[in-house]
Amino acid sequence: MRAWLRQHGQALARAVPRTSLLNALVIGIALALPAGGYALLESVRSVSGRLTVQPEISVFLDAKRADADQLAARLKRDPRVSRFRFVPREQALKELAAVQGLRELAAALGRNPLPDAFIVTAADENLEPLAADLAKLPGVAQVQTDALWARRLASLASLARTALWLLTGVLGAALIAVTFNTIRLQILTQRAEIEVSKLIGATDAFIRRPFYYGGLLQGLAGGAFALLVVAAALALMNREVRVLAESYGSEFRFAYPGPADCLAFLALAGLLGWLGAHLSVSRHLHEIEPS
Amino acid sequence: MVSFSAVAKRYPGGEAALKDVSFVVEAGELVFITGRSGAGKSTLLKLIPAIERPSAGAVIVNGQNVSALKRSAIPYLRRNLGLVFQDQKLLYDRSVYENVMLPLAFSAHPPKEAARRARAALDKVGLLAREKSNPIQLSGGEQQRLAIARAVVNRPSIVLADEPTANLDAESARRIVDIFVEFNQVGVTLLIATHDQGLVEKYGKRLLHLDGGRVQ
Repeated sequence: MRAWLRQHGQALARAVPRTSLLNALVIGIALALPAGGYALLESVRSVSGRLTVQPEISVFLDAKRADADQLAARLKRDPRVSRFRFVPREQALKELAAVQGLRELAAALGRNPLPDAFIVTAADENLEPLAADLAKLPGVAQVQTDALWARRLASLASLARTALWLLTGVLGAALIAVTFNTIRLQILTQRAEIEVSKLIGATDAFIRRPFYYGGLLQGLAGGAFALLVVAAALALMNREVRVLAESYGSEFRFAYPGPADCLAFLALAGLLGWLGAHLSVSRHLHEIEPS
Repeated sequence: MVSFSAVAKRYPGGEAALKDVSFVVEAGELVFITGRSGAGKSTLLKLIPAIERPSAGAVIVNGQNVSALKRSAIPYLRRNLGLVFQDQKLLYDRSVYENVMLPLAFSAHPPKEAARRARAALDKVGLLAREKSNPIQLSGGEQQRLAIARAVVNRPSIVLADEPTANLDAESARRIVDIFVEFNQVGVTLLIATHDQGLVEKYGKRLLHLDGGRVQ
């Protein structure tokens, strides 16, 4: 066990000086793009996630509350309605007052101007025919499909997420390629050492080990550098964002990636580096045989 | 200890380097393999650590059939063999001491024991004072002695040397052979290939003369 640990320690010690800072830098810059994109998207998503993206219809009633029971029965029968809830006008005012920045407005109103309403959740995405039918019912003053723009935002975000995954895939492949080539060059420059090692009885695992550590270290160093770039970029942007957000009375900032996200990202970068080393070692090490 | 039976080796597209070679080397023997350049001496030695595989016949080392050995078992075979090459195969990006330490890197010796062994091996070939030098600073004879120290540092039971005295002056060459004879006196089995029959005849050891791919 101690000998095993010592061998890994030696392999690591041999891999460290070979790790090129410049390569780690290249990898770091490449990885900063998807990492930064992810951080931005997560920040925006935490805002947009609070918005309603359900296919909802607000049905506002006119003054007579007697219609409400009839309407509830009508909604219950409609197969296009998955569920609905009644919001009496008193509650609507309370909810309005709870919204940030609108408390004063609600207090300033002499009497409650809000109507009773049903919030109807449709069974499918196709809201327009249902909304049109509901508008024709007696006692209904107005119908509003207010979730539409929120859904557009959500599909825009999901499009951005897909683009981000594609970017991650392409740049991950680039990381593998860079590591592959670095390890190939290392193997070529250490041809003599590899040949001698094989002659004096080194196992393939022993010979491979420093190269695996090399790939892993290069990936980790690149990942760490990418995180630094992202943190610096977010800090710079947040200085501007703070001024802008405050002018809207908002506390919004771009959030830094959390510890779990950072660790997962580093693990991914290390894994990709290791994979690049693995591909390179399996391809090139067999070519060197003593003769 | 080492036995060849009806061994042939033919390189692709060339003439046979060995045709029907059979002999047995007992434990503790020192055997000089002689013959002209191209007689098959190097090929014969390369078959023992499985650097080359025979085209026909069997090579048995320490009771193991080397010709049928799996690739993954070869490193463990080589750890029991000390190899000395004509071109030494030293690593010039590290010191004399580090070159001797190489074979100890994957043995289970604790670092102190490994260092002690490396210095003992260097002492045996008279290079202890040069342990911090780079191999490039050594003379031809000294480089060959360094290669010998590296070959014996793991205390192998068999040492194979391919033309260890080529390109050396008579004095250096004799010193090399003397070192091998000393190893033999403590029980190491040695097979040494050389084209210089005059150098080795006076040691009175067994000669295995190769000619045209056959033992004469």
